[in-house]
Amino acid sequence: MSDLRDLYQEVIFDHNRHPRNFGKIANADRHADGHNPLCGDKLSLYLKIDNDVITDIRFEGSGCAISTASASLMTERLKGMKVADAEALFQKFHAVITQDGHDADSSQLGKLSVLTGVRGYPARVKCATLAWHTLEAALHGKGETASTE
Amino acid sequence: MSGVQQPKKETMNAFDAESIRRDFPILHQEVHGRPLVYLDNAATSQKPRQVIAALDHYYSVDNANIHRGVHTLSERATAAYEGARDEVKQFLNAVDRREIVFVRGATEAINLVAQSYARPRLKPGDEILITEMEHHSNIVPWQMVCEQTGAVLKVASIDEAGELRLDEFYRLLNARTKLVAVVHVSNALGTINPVREIIQAAHAQGAVILLDGAQAVPHVAVDVQALDCDFYVFSGHKLYAPTGIGALYGKAALLEAMPPYQGGGDMIRSVTFAKTEYNVLPYKFEAGTPHIAGGIGLGAAIDYVSNIGLNVIAAWEDELLRYATARAHEIPGLRLIGTARRKAGILSFVLDGVHPHDIGTILDHEGVAIRTGHHCAMPVMDHFAVPATARASFALYNTRGDVDRLIAAIVRVKEVFRV
Repeated sequence: MSDLRDLYQEVIFDHNRHPRNFGKIANADRHADGHNPLCGDKLSLYLKIDNDVITDIRFEGSGCAISTASASLMTERLKGMKVADAEALFQKFHAVITQDGHDADSSQLGKLSVLTGVRGYPARVKCATLAWHTLEAALHGKGETASTE
Repeated sequence: MSGVQQPKKETMNAFDAESIRRDFPILHQEVHGRPLVYLDNAATSQKPRQVIAALDHYYSVDNANIHRGVHTLSERATAAYEGARDEVKQFLNAVDRREIVFVRGATEAINLVAQSYARPRLKPGDEILITEMEHHSNIVPWQMVCEQTGAVLKVASIDEAGELRLDEFYRLLNARTKLVAVVHVSNALGTINPVREIIQAAHAQGAVILLDGAQAVPHVAVDVQALDCDFYVFSGHKLYAPTGIGALYGKAALLEAMPPYQGGGDMIRSVTFAKTEYNVLPYKFEAGTPHIAGGIGLGAAIDYVSNIGLNVIAAWEDELLRYATARAHEIPGLRLIGTARRKAGILSFVLDGVHPHDIGTILDHEGVAIRTGHHCAMPVMDHFAVPATARASFALYNTRGDVDRLIAAIVRVKEVFRV
């Protein structure tokens, strides 16, 4: 039995209550909307990119504690990061929260590792990945709404 | 029909939920180390051992394809399946067994009426009238028909309690309205619609009316003759029967005039490459080998609830809902979504500072199963300006103790989230 505290760690409550980088970027270079049709979570992501570096990143929207905290933690982590590194980080993050046996990778996630508790809650994985799927949509700029489905 | 002893009517006068619970094997388990409290009945209900036994008996003893078989097993399977049709006929008080079409569920029944009744008849400018509280399954099939025919979909709104605005509904009803499709009991709000008045008003304008009874049949006794409704649809699995089986009731004259919904075996009388003659009602609408076991299970489920009595069940669930509503009011920051004067079985709510999905996960940890999300009624969520709700829904086997566990678990959510 997984402990509720594995899922709802203190950092998650903090970021849920006080999401970092919350809001719009007026002249964003990249933008995408994300939607989790199962639970109605919606978020919009805005990025400024300079020389393949994410110089600013913000989000807005509404969602559960996991999806809000995940978006907040993601923006905090990605600001100043190279686009390619951000994408590699997503792959790592995704592997750690959906598959067993990635504990080594987990140590490279830094603060994002507070979200690894969702692995015990398959129904909630999409909450944790919505922001990242939206990031993918923004970077690859197809102009479509990213969906967790 | 299941061959298993069922509760006798006379012993059910004082509702004995504990004895009912013994009929539902699945309820006797622990989830996350706590005894399961199952309050997701509006999504699907659990099955009594009488229904499980009927399925077991069918597959162990009678399994064969139905109709046209001359061997004993086929005759037994046919008798059991057609016997279930008689059960449904009696359950809805239809005039004739030919008026009962077995389908996969309410969704398929609505699509059948949309494609076979509405699509050939509707002209550009004709109107279909629905309400804002419909399940997506009573919205999308009509949108599709409107796209196909040029007809227009009209939507009567709901008020802050989640009741249909009847004045608006009557205003939208006019000579162009060819079809009215209304939910009998709302799955997201629990509202019981005044269907008798709605049907009379629809008929006064010459419109045909379909009632979506998916959420109604487990909680409300339905008499299609007294209602005078034209089509009535429901799913078996919300009525303690298996998934994948449901029924469409349609007045014989309407069904007779409709073309088949799907072509295939069993729905024909004769086939040549020059001309195919369709089968009589209801088989004209039942192409292919049906869900025989499901039909038999549905018959057993109807037996089960009929032996207890739907009025007895309704009274018990009403008591539970009143108790749950009163207890929910004790929780600061909890807002009920759907406070209609007449409700059945549903307690939908939101909690300040906690998203419904987080409520659902923590309740599950406490052993309490509820549903969170938009409940396939996104327009209702938009109306109340919430992305989702948490929904507890009751069945005949729930108890006041279940309600107490629900309330305690919600209090726990508030502790965890410190709201």
